[in-house]
Amino acid sequence: MSYWEFLVEQGPRFVDGALITAVQFALAAVLAIAIALLAGLMKLSSNPLIKGSAVIYIELFRGTSLLVQLYWIFFVLPLFGLTLEKFTAGFVAVGMNLGAYGAELVRGGIQSVPRGQWEAAYSLSMSPAKRMWRIILPQALLNMLPPWGNLLIELLKGTALVSLISVADLMFEAKQINGSTYLSAQTFGTALIIYYLFARVLVTPFMRWLEQVMLRKLGRTE
Amino acid sequence: MEDMSRYPLQLEGADVPMVSFKNVTKAYGSLTVLENLDLDIREGEMVSVIGPSGSGKTTVLRMLMLERIQQGVIYVNGKPITHMEKNGGLVPADDKYLRKAREPIGMCFQHFNLFPHMTALQNCMEGPVQVLGMSKRAARERSEDLLELVGMIDKKDQHPSRLSGGQQQRVAIARALAMRPKVMLFDEVTSALDPEVIGEVTNVIKKLVAEHNLTMLMVTHQMGFAKDISDRVCFFFGGKIEEQGPPEQLFDHPQKERTQQFLSAVKSAD
Ligand SMILES: Nc1ncnc2c1ncn2[C@@H]1O[C@H](COP(=O)(O)OP(=O)(O)OP(=O)(O)O)[C@@H](O)[C@H]1O
Ligand SMILES: [Mg+2]
Repeated sequence: MSYWEFLVEQGPRFVDGALITAVQFALAAVLAIAIALLAGLMKLSSNPLIKGSAVIYIELFRGTSLLVQLYWIFFVLPLFGLTLEKFTAGFVAVGMNLGAYGAELVRGGIQSVPRGQWEAAYSLSMSPAKRMWRIILPQALLNMLPPWGNLLIELLKGTALVSLISVADLMFEAKQINGSTYLSAQTFGTALIIYYLFARVLVTPFMRWLEQVMLRKLGRTE
Repeated sequence: MEDMSRYPLQLEGADVPMVSFKNVTKAYGSLTVLENLDLDIREGEMVSVIGPSGSGKTTVLRMLMLERIQQGVIYVNGKPITHMEKNGGLVPADDKYLRKAREPIGMCFQHFNLFPHMTALQNCMEGPVQVLGMSKRAARERSEDLLELVGMIDKKDQHPSRLSGGQQQRVAIARALAMRPKVMLFDEVTSALDPEVIGEVTNVIKKLVAEHNLTMLMVTHQMGFAKDISDRVCFFFGGKIEEQGPPEQLFDHPQKERTQQFLSAVKSAD
């Protein structure tokens, strides 16, 4: 069987899997961004309780493996009465894990905004929330974009683990195809290419575009 | 703890100063930067602050706008800003009170600190819209008037990165004025500028002195400018006011030896 025939035959399954991966990626990314923002801001709080819980969260999720976290969320939480569907458990685990890494990016991004910006905003009597949302975060965001690009690619790769709790993503489909055809090189080669294209054709250009948009907002592009 | 009962809850009388430092001490950790400062500034008065590097000039302004103090009370328009009333006595102000109390004060910085993600006009509108709750239309009108005043109306849609230092500083002055402050603080607003554009900023400040009843406190290294426009000049040395007086007196007939030394050192450097 030629590679072309293999593709025609298995194409729909690769497409199905890729779509699930795409949805897992998107949901996990949204969750990761929300958690990163929250935990990053909390880590900068002067309240030791708020700061402490952020530190614990970040340490816990960065210090242990994503796979173990996934199993915890899917297999262990039900023992405590919290049952998540495998699809939900998948993106929640990935989002929570990468969100912990993102929190450090958010914290660093905020701290990289010059003091003078805080002082200028304060001297206009802006409330702490407005200072953060309107003055600091937009500037922090620009500083954060390049590392977020890398993080989102890590997140994409991380979604492959959800196949281990039988979410029918690209990796899961690939394993199924391999099991029925025994064409390992073609199967995993194709999966490899799809993941790669996903990262380089969608994620990276999107982040570049976002950076351009932000730079334009700053009047920095020619 | 300091005994606060010696400070009035409010300054009253016919001639209440616009700004009043009473026995103010500021320390950073164990380093005392200003000690027992007493300084009154009348409404509409332009006071310049000069002195050697590290003498505490910037700190005087920052205590009004950005820093907490360790001792004493600062009053603006007769009301304490560093302290608030509680059970008939003064206690250190909380963050919210402090921010509210500082609303009548505007500040301009050495490095402008314009918001880079906003145009000149948006920079000016930010305070009126977000803090004063003005409508966008009213805020735009006010901001455009002020940009006109500082000669920046034709650049109102430019971002700060497209403006020269002198232009940015003029926008920063308009941004502060948009909050309709009673007191303006200028901290070496021309020090970061190229010599050829210093004039555009000093001209704006001159215009404010001539046409507006603002109370101003200005830290500067430009002795000529200070002499030109000040009602009073304070010479700081080692965290204290070493000598103060009308500009002609302070610059032409300084009484204290340190003032004389400082002025002759500045003169020979020019
Ligand atoms: N945030 C800070 N932390 C610690 N020390 C500080 C801080 N800010 C100022 N100081 C110290 O306080 C003293 C007075 O500083 P200040 O900035 O008021 O001086 P200045 O008269 O404005 O000097 P310059 O002409 O160099 O601007 C200096 O010794 C300075 O090192
Ligand atoms: Mg200074």
